[in-house]
Amino acid sequence: MLKDITLGQYFPGKSLLHRADPRGKLLFAIFYIVVLFFAKSAASFAFALLYTAVLIGISGLPGKTVLRAVRPLLFVILFTAVINIFWTTGETPLVEWKFIHIYAEGLIFALFMAVRIVLLVVGMSVILSYTTTPIALTDGIEALLKPLAKIGVPVHDFAMMMTIAMRFIPTLVEETGKIMDAQKARGADFESGGLIKKARALVPVLVPLFVSAFKRADDLAVAMECRCYRGGEGRTKLKVLKFGTPDVLCALLAAIFLAGILLCNIFLPYITI
Amino acid sequence: MAEPFIIADNLSYTYTDGDGGETAALKNVSFTVGRGEYVAVLGHNGSGKSTLAKLLNVILVPTSGSLTVAGKPIFDGMSDDEVFDVRRKVGMVFQNPDNQLVATIVEEDVAFGPENLGIPRDEIRLRVDDALRTVGMYEHRDSQPHRLSGGQKQRVAIAGVIAMMPECIVFDESTAMLDPRGRAEVMRTIRRLSDDFGMTILHITHYMDEAVMADRVMVINDGELYADGTPKEVFRDVGALRRVGLDVPQGRELMDALEQNGVSFADSPIDNAGCAALILERYRSRSK
Repeated sequence: MLKDITLGQYFPGKSLLHRADPRGKLLFAIFYIVVLFFAKSAASFAFALLYTAVLIGISGLPGKTVLRAVRPLLFVILFTAVINIFWTTGETPLVEWKFIHIYAEGLIFALFMAVRIVLLVVGMSVILSYTTTPIALTDGIEALLKPLAKIGVPVHDFAMMMTIAMRFIPTLVEETGKIMDAQKARGADFESGGLIKKARALVPVLVPLFVSAFKRADDLAVAMECRCYRGGEGRTKLKVLKFGTPDVLCALLAAIFLAGILLCNIFLPYITI
Repeated sequence: MAEPFIIADNLSYTYTDGDGGETAALKNVSFTVGRGEYVAVLGHNGSGKSTLAKLLNVILVPTSGSLTVAGKPIFDGMSDDEVFDVRRKVGMVFQNPDNQLVATIVEEDVAFGPENLGIPRDEIRLRVDDALRTVGMYEHRDSQPHRLSGGQKQRVAIAGVIAMMPECIVFDESTAMLDPRGRAEVMRTIRRLSDDFGMTILHITHYMDEAVMADRVMVINDGELYADGTPKEVFRDVGALRRVGLDVPQGRELMDALEQNGVSFADSPIDNAGCAALILERYRSRSK
């Protein structure tokens, strides 16, 4: 059961977004966020909503799954919306009672902000986390950050650490399960009691887990040395990232987004912020 | 004997712990392993057999005596390039299959070694595919290591070493953590590497049944070379092996017990099947 956890939130698929190069997708995601902040009018927000819906369609992911990405942020979204409602001042007051002043502009601003955050999360999920394997993502980040290696940033080492961490997550999860079973067999109780008692009960699990993790790290280091690992220098790679047709199409998608938002801002400037 | 690949001359290694105490793991061991030989190294826990493995790959360096691997002497203060040179010729497969796989995808893990050697991409592709076919894991090339069985993981680890095209592979108790099926898979693979590829193989183990499969057996006891010869020669003296805390293969043990009770056999095979055949033959001829 514990063996079946998925790494990251990747959903396998063959869509355009799945096939695109991780470097391109990283840039696309950043571009998407920036352009989202250009949106000013109701029309441009509507366009962004429509555009993101199309992205979900292209990705072939079930809409429900994508919307689930928003759930952990629901509180943040509501909080920002409420703050915006009470703190924004404008010219059309709706409610004026003692110290509470609510303006129509505030309501609109709050709504736009909420839409923006939702789109931000959904867009990032669709473009990146749901359609890119963690290993491709690591490769992409490494490739994009490579110029920094020239000024002494250990980019390769960082990517290697990420890969090893991902490799060992399932192993350690499985081991945690075994240790918990072993402690349960000796009468340990992980279920009852309050938060503090439960946290305390985990100590006898964490200690052996840490000891074993260090042992594993030691073994792995020796094994890597034996396989002639000596850092990123002089290394070749089995899989080289290559830009292809899907990336051209993604670039086109990105351009459409920018053009659409700007055109809506200019030609349909109703209800703006 | 073929051209020597490993030459140990009065080789010793002494561990020094934090308090300055010293433990001799290997004491004045001398032997030669020829190119293409398949040697099993037997010994109980703490006999020094794993220390030997670590010396061959420059994880440790001899404290005295000399060790030459693939024509290169191993000594303290070797340059990084010299160490690199030895390691690309001597591959190592360890005990715990989980702790030697680096990547999250099988074929990427097999490619790890060749990538470190700086081999061009097209050739890595060929080597990875060949290595995975050799160990029979080609269909699993896209799997994640944690979804494989112990024996399968260990075969992936072997493929990772084969892909580096070493001249020798050292198996450091590589079957110790596997179930019987996994052990059989790995043993078949080792035998193949020796027969079909003429690879020099050092298999460190404490399973007698596995040692029997080698061309030559070296027994290490308390850091000293206790016996060295063909499996037949080494396993003939059941008493001597028992004295150093080793068991002989079960069939051989049964024959030995029978011999001590006055039953004599014409031959002294060491594998279980051979022993069973002889005992059966004796039994039939008697009951007639």
